[in-house]
Amino acid sequence: MGIKVEKPGLLTTVQDLGRYGFQKQGMVVSGAMDSFALRLAILLAGNPENAAALEITLSGPSLRFQEDSLIALAGANLSPKLNGTPVPNHRPVFVRKDTLLEFGAPVQGCRTYLAVTGGIDVPLVMGSASTYARAGVGGWNGRALQKDDVLLVNLPTSEQLQHWQEKCPAGEPFLVSSWGLSRDLLPAYSENPTVRVLPGPEFALFSENAQETFWNSEFKVSPAADRMGYRVEGPVLSLKEPVELLSSAVTFGTVQVTPSGNPIILMAEHQTTGGYPRIGQIISADLPLLAQVRPGAKLRFRQVSLTEAHQLYYRREQTLEHLKRVLHLQSKR
Amino acid sequence: MPLPTSSVKIYPLGDTAVVLQLGDEIAVETHGQVKAVVRFLNQHSFPGLIEYVPAFTTVTIYYDPWLVSEWGKSDPYAAVEENLRQMLAELETGSETEPASVKEIPVVYGGEYGPDLAFVAQHTGLSMAEVIARHTQPEYLVYMIGFAPGFPYLGGMDPKIAAPRKEVPRQVIPAGSVGIAGVQTGVYPMETPGGWQLIGRTPLNLFDPNRAEPSLLQMGDVVRFVSISEQEYNALKEEADGD
Repeated sequence: MGIKVEKPGLLTTVQDLGRYGFQKQGMVVSGAMDSFALRLAILLAGNPENAAALEITLSGPSLRFQEDSLIALAGANLSPKLNGTPVPNHRPVFVRKDTLLEFGAPVQGCRTYLAVTGGIDVPLVMGSASTYARAGVGGWNGRALQKDDVLLVNLPTSEQLQHWQEKCPAGEPFLVSSWGLSRDLLPAYSENPTVRVLPGPEFALFSENAQETFWNSEFKVSPAADRMGYRVEGPVLSLKEPVELLSSAVTFGTVQVTPSGNPIILMAEHQTTGGYPRIGQIISADLPLLAQVRPGAKLRFRQVSLTEAHQLYYRREQTLEHLKRVLHLQSKR
Repeated sequence: MPLPTSSVKIYPLGDTAVVLQLGDEIAVETHGQVKAVVRFLNQHSFPGLIEYVPAFTTVTIYYDPWLVSEWGKSDPYAAVEENLRQMLAELETGSETEPASVKEIPVVYGGEYGPDLAFVAQHTGLSMAEVIARHTQPEYLVYMIGFAPGFPYLGGMDPKIAAPRKEVPRQVIPAGSVGIAGVQTGVYPMETPGGWQLIGRTPLNLFDPNRAEPSLLQMGDVVRFVSISEQEYNALKEEADGD
């Protein structure tokens, strides 16, 4: 018993924080595109941070809960509804058995995360629950969810549920928590964000004109944008002279430039190594902004220092540490 | 022999990785240094080290800035760089005395398994038997694994059997296909599109997520291709799939 998939949605996959330790064997990390939203959903659901959740993309699935459950949604606003009634993101929600979760119009962002108290029960492959569909590895049978799949869920403890079962009026299909996350904890999500970037290892190989263009122009996310990477269109970025580079490591947020002069931003399912010149590297704190843009979005790149990137990294971790303490207190009430 | 630290470059790849660059071109000596760094990192982890990725001339070390900086108290990049500089000072690249053992990769050449063998023969002016002989002759060095899970970058192919990529890539290349692209040869671990000239196929499973070491080959391995018959292929394939 768990969650029955009545409609799979555009792309619904099981994800966690990623599969580490095997990049030297060519295995991609995969994991959530917006790891911050994933962690928020997981913490709100009261799960340990390495738990798995569902990554839901633009056009969401229809999911039937086969047991009383406690859930949390975080990330994009894809108009979630329980039995037809809108429910908010960023709050724990108690859901009675047989209730249907559906999604409507995507209002803001691209990806939302559904965490279920107790956690989604899929076998770990190479230490992770993340789906890497290209290789058929991990998650739910190595692939995106399909109609009639039944996801197994580790049931919450009766203690976790009892309080809600008593509080939820009889006949009501769900109850939204009276408290939720303040909006100012969230990253500065935007339809057309400016993301902060460190110069990449091959930045100096680009012409002065290309260097300036990179910092001062607008780049459009093309329709070729998926979990592996985003192709972006804009002014052509030329090298000072042609180079043949040896393959070396690339990572989430690496901005590499193809011989045609167009950048590709590598995302969660990036290859482990690549041979294109790396003009920039998007800072970790701004990867969630990128994970939430849609094809057609206009991006700008702003240079920051490594020290600043680390300060922003710490700030995000401090936010989550703070949230963990608050939630811990909340659960004691 | 200690590493000549003056020629080593250390630079960041974003806010969570440090690149150690040990040379500028593909060379057996540089590869030996990459191996020495990897061996050292395997034995000397540090708090916040996530993983490392060796390549032809680089080892990229991924770290968690929050853990390395002890929760924001110090500069994580400086700390990782300092760790690496200490490591380089201690590193002995000549300490590996045991040569890597040769791993054999059985391959059925030609026919439906290697539909481009005839093209490679024609292109090089050799007979198909000669192409096979020259492909099975060398010991290939696995410089790195990348591009796809378990995909080995091999060095040592006889340039006489070099052949250009196909003008129109194939939509589907079966797992285990052995191909040639320029002066490179390699094995596709999983079904994928691709433009390599396919000369044969191995029944071995190059990548299996359920093995303790999912990739059959590791950076630093030495590989030789061995020509087998279709019957042997089928028997070995059954064995590999039955695992």
